[in-house]
Amino acid sequence: MQEGACDPGLYDFQPYRGRAPIQWPGDKKVAVWVAPNLEYYEIDPPAHPKRKAWTKPHPDVVGFAHRDHSNRVSHWRMADVMSKHGFPGSVSLSVALCQHHPEIVADAQARGWEFFSHGIYNTRYAYEMDEGQERAIIEDSIRTVREATGQTIRGWLAPALTHTPRTLDLIAEYGLDYTCDLYHDDQPQWVKVKQGELVSIPYSLEVNDHYGFFVYNMSGREYADTLIRQYERLAAEGGTVMCIPLHAYLIGQPHRIGPFEEALRHIAEDGRAWIARSGEIVDAWRAQQ
Amino acid sequence: MSLDPSYLDYPKRQYGYDHDLYGWSALHERSPIYWPDGKSVAVFLCVSLEWFPITPSDTPFRAPGHMQTAYPDYRHYTARDYGSRVGVYRLLDAFAKAGIKASFATNSTIAERYPALVSDIVREGHEIIAHSTDMNGTIASGMPVEEERTLITTTLDTLERATGARPSGWLSIARSQSWSTVDLLKEAGTRYCCDWVNDELPYRFRNGLINLPLNHELSDRQIITVQQQSVDSYVQSMGDAFSWLAGEAERFGGRMLPLHITPYIMALPYRIDAFERLLVDLSNRPQSWFAKGNAIVNAWEQQS
Repeated sequence: MQEGACDPGLYDFQPYRGRAPIQWPGDKKVAVWVAPNLEYYEIDPPAHPKRKAWTKPHPDVVGFAHRDHSNRVSHWRMADVMSKHGFPGSVSLSVALCQHHPEIVADAQARGWEFFSHGIYNTRYAYEMDEGQERAIIEDSIRTVREATGQTIRGWLAPALTHTPRTLDLIAEYGLDYTCDLYHDDQPQWVKVKQGELVSIPYSLEVNDHYGFFVYNMSGREYADTLIRQYERLAAEGGTVMCIPLHAYLIGQPHRIGPFEEALRHIAEDGRAWIARSGEIVDAWRAQQ
Repeated sequence: MSLDPSYLDYPKRQYGYDHDLYGWSALHERSPIYWPDGKSVAVFLCVSLEWFPITPSDTPFRAPGHMQTAYPDYRHYTARDYGSRVGVYRLLDAFAKAGIKASFATNSTIAERYPALVSDIVREGHEIIAHSTDMNGTIASGMPVEEERTLITTTLDTLERATGARPSGWLSIARSQSWSTVDLLKEAGTRYCCDWVNDELPYRFRNGLINLPLNHELSDRQIITVQQQSVDSYVQSMGDAFSWLAGEAERFGGRMLPLHITPYIMALPYRIDAFERLLVDLSNRPQSWFAKGNAIVNAWEQQS
């Protein structure tokens, strides 16, 4: 990005109207990917000058235990529903989960899910890192996921969505080819980087379960209905991408998972969805550029 | 610009947790639990009985639901007291009608101020869970350990005097603990706490204290007060939750649905009918076992 400039210079303006149509495999209308965030939040992380990890003095029992629900209970609940309806995950991974709870990483790997990095922990923020520090977390991410799964990560979702002005340039330099941090489009787009090639794949804040339940305060059924409306519109327009970003400790609560399963069933049975992993969507789009 | 180099040190990046309070275990891999009489979903109904002094304390933090205006905040003081005068009796009647036994997480000051209420609760067969002294009795790291120890023992002693029995369970205000709480509760003879929302069945801390999870996401405070959902939406969500857990129980063994109720929230005239219908619906489902916290802990402990 252009550090300090009023326009960060991440991409060129590209109006939605008049774009060359995008074709998805099998003549499907909308590429649908599900992005479970598999995270580890530290109970007592070091302080960061720009952001507090927890609102209460440590231990923030509800804050920590709520996230821990993912790793004891709801990961499997969420993953079983996804597998049942044919949705692989593209995992936004706190890579230290490979050390803390390797069983969860192994479960995702066994289900054929793709991994990309969401930083080391969701309680370690990138703001104010120098270049060496940022290189260290990128190299750590690549190495840790490779050792745990054999996969070479291709994507990045910044830890707790914290960035520096050089993050996108650096991940592209290391050969990563997609970012989930930009929300400017419903189709993949090129991102301007110093070297290498980087694609922005549509992730979503708006239909992220965190926004659904803690910004818009929806019930489980309202959130499921939101997903179906998002899907129906994007399928009708065609050549689009729909991401469903999830956190097991939210979507995997017992009062929400049933309605969520119905939304997945709806999308899977509709016939217009290309249900894919993030890397496959990036490849299919790049092949048409 | 640069962060302190220690920010990239991860001394607790290791197998399991970055703390020693309890060990890791995945719910679906544990041996199945069987509830009494072949039931598969235990419904843990926990009612909070809270007394908010009109002189709120912010040390260590102000409790959720506490005074909000400049002193004197008549509106919140009285609206909270409504729960202990009117609302709780609507709940007691509803429980009696549905044949349900519940747990009442009770500030010990409630027992001192409203002994008639507490004796009604005990006489009708419900459990008293200790819930601090009053709503100024919050806990968080930073408060002196001796002060926290006194808060816990005062609560238990007062409730024991008032009810004739020492509570075996504990619920912290806002489920907020310090690093010392788990050990202090054990030291005070408490058998279980309800503060950690990371699981859906009881489990043990390393020191032997049991956690009986009381999911805050399913509480009336979270769904109705925080998320501003209607009572009808709340009822629908609890029905959905029960249905899901009953299905899961067929594969994995007994499950538990915690209903955390606040009289001044749920027992208002325009909400209570829908809640009564929920109780009837759930108690009529063939899988349901409505049980007090200590009964669930007993059944679990016999199998664990």
